[in-house]
Amino acid sequence: MGLILLLLFISYALGSFYLGYSKSRKVRVLNEGRPISLDKYYGYYIAIWSVVPAIIIFSVISIFDGFFIKNYVLSDLYSLGIDSSEVELLFTQIENTRNGIKLFNSEDVLIVNAVSKLNYIENVFNVSLVIIILCSSSLFLLFSYRKIKIDFDAREIVEKFLLITFFVCSLVAILVTIGIIFSLLYETIRFFSQVPIFDFLFGTNWSPQRAFVTDASDTADIENAFGAIPLFSGTFLIAFIAMCVSIPIGLLTAIYMSEYAKSNVRNTAKPIIEILAGIPTVVYGFFAVITIAPFIRSMGGSIGLDVSSESALAAGLVMGIMIIPFVSSLSDDVISSVPQSLREGSYAMGATKSETIKKVIIPAALPGIIGSFLLAVSRAIGETMIVVMAAGLVANLTANPLEASTTITTQIVVILIGDQEFDSPKTMSAFALGLTLFVMTLILNFIALRVVKKYTEKYE
Amino acid sequence: MEKKIKVCVKNLNVYYGEKQALFDVCMDINQNEITALIGPSGCGKSTFLRCLNRMNDVIDICKVEGSIKIDGEDIYNDEVRVEKLRERVGMVFQKPNPFPKSIFENVAYGPRIHGLAKDKNELEEIVYSSLKKAAIFDEVKDRLDETGTSLSGGQQQRLCIARAISVNPDVILMDEPCSALDPIATAKIEALMEELKKEYTIIIVTHSMQQAARVSSKTGFFHLGNLIEVNDTETIFSTPANEKTLEYVTGRFG
Repeated sequence: MGLILLLLFISYALGSFYLGYSKSRKVRVLNEGRPISLDKYYGYYIAIWSVVPAIIIFSVISIFDGFFIKNYVLSDLYSLGIDSSEVELLFTQIENTRNGIKLFNSEDVLIVNAVSKLNYIENVFNVSLVIIILCSSSLFLLFSYRKIKIDFDAREIVEKFLLITFFVCSLVAILVTIGIIFSLLYETIRFFSQVPIFDFLFGTNWSPQRAFVTDASDTADIENAFGAIPLFSGTFLIAFIAMCVSIPIGLLTAIYMSEYAKSNVRNTAKPIIEILAGIPTVVYGFFAVITIAPFIRSMGGSIGLDVSSESALAAGLVMGIMIIPFVSSLSDDVISSVPQSLREGSYAMGATKSETIKKVIIPAALPGIIGSFLLAVSRAIGETMIVVMAAGLVANLTANPLEASTTITTQIVVILIGDQEFDSPKTMSAFALGLTLFVMTLILNFIALRVVKKYTEKYE
Repeated sequence: MEKKIKVCVKNLNVYYGEKQALFDVCMDINQNEITALIGPSGCGKSTFLRCLNRMNDVIDICKVEGSIKIDGEDIYNDEVRVEKLRERVGMVFQKPNPFPKSIFENVAYGPRIHGLAKDKNELEEIVYSSLKKAAIFDEVKDRLDETGTSLSGGQQQRLCIARAISVNPDVILMDEPCSALDPIATAKIEALMEELKKEYTIIIVTHSMQQAARVSSKTGFFHLGNLIEVNDTETIFSTPANEKTLEYVTGRFG
């Protein structure tokens, strides 16, 4: 059914394009002259007018019809005095019954009545929708067809339409971002109405399960269960270990690639390094659990250290490896973009290659290199899968990288896996964590972009 | 009085891969004089200049044959350390290229890497005297901490000259040092060169024949990788021996 409609729709659009095209041809013959725009623009012009308003009307009606249908179906039931919290459930039951799913109350008179009402109103809506769309579409088609004259500039209007389309597309990304922020904000505010923000940001004990298990009326207990400090410390500990791995390796790789490597080495090695960035993080997780963690454990054991099988160190090391290509390829670009004239200036002073790199190139590229570090840090903070697999789930307030640890993202996953009550503080804490993380990475990205921007003005 | 020959070039052939850029160039360059190299674009004069401090070493495909002797020592000899050579043969580039460091650090760069100053005072002295010799000290003495790139184009070029003379070289190579500058800045640099030739041997590549005529004592004319003619500047610009040179300096070709 849907496919046939789609085909109809496309052939309708094509047909209206042809209408415009042939009208333009006719105009050409009648007036013995050339219309202002090319023939195809008249085709596009009519196709746009016959299709786009129809799509807009259809989407607007589909967004709001659910609301009207529900109100209509439930209008009798409201008068019977239904609790508003049960409305959702009841409506779902009505819909299920209509779809042929037998429920305990399917035989109920109220439900049966409601189902017939639902069927009726949906039919009315569908039929009227088709009529409205057909009428409006043909009206617009007729209107635009009549407008085609020899001096009518269809190209300008088509290009204006394209301009609007581009604008709407760019708006989508922005609106989605704003939407995400608001949905996070809404749940976070709800969470903070139950748990004080101060306790969340500065509490040292994270055990949301406890808040779930114990009596919710015991508010002191809830407050104590949502201290996010162990998560922050775990996040920073693991990110720190990751940066300790990725910054030196990545930076030295970048220097070698951009300054020393011959072009054939560079052309083979660079893509291989960048493959690292393409490996799914779950695979890195395997690597951490199966290879790195036992290795660290046995290493620690041999020098008498007690290493838990899940450790921040294992997760951090593997995360660092994952981030190497971010640091190396960004720094490589930055170092390569240092003007050749600076290198020559330094060589001409009698500096060796390594002196030139240390004293001229790195200082000149430093802001950009720092920018790449900051982007890598925000990547490390946002990474989840490796930590879930390799660092454990225990919120442990410790600076010891050999113990199990956990991060903000990992806890969000843990909290939201499985069936949850959506109004318990435990579930909502995930949104608060998400917002905190979002703000943190936003600040980091902001700083990184500012630093990088400052760098671009540097040589002029 | 017989002039002392500073740089002696014999049968210099330079290849970029398959392509030969210089053909059998022979040239003597006198000490404490300004020698100008002129010629149309792509004639090899910059290549020649860059052979004199081995800047062409950086280019992988570049191959140099023949001999270049500075003070009688062949600079392409295996025992010559290229860093030491460049300490003796400084270079100023077409586009001013100060490092994105402070003005002071720009000039202190050379003395630092060659360890010329025992302590901070001595370093300061070297920097100040270099800036003074480059006739820029008065303009920047209050802002030595500002970055070198904040100066105007002409000032930047004089800063680069100060940087080049900070290691007290024998020879200064200048590759079209004024082509990115306005006439006033150009005049300042030309006056400066006049001063500098008392202490240094200067070789300048230029596209401006007036400039060559104004500043140099000797001029060499390059064409298609050949050194067509080299003689006193006056002779080159009035009665050159070669037809091509005459055409070039009178502006009929090039």
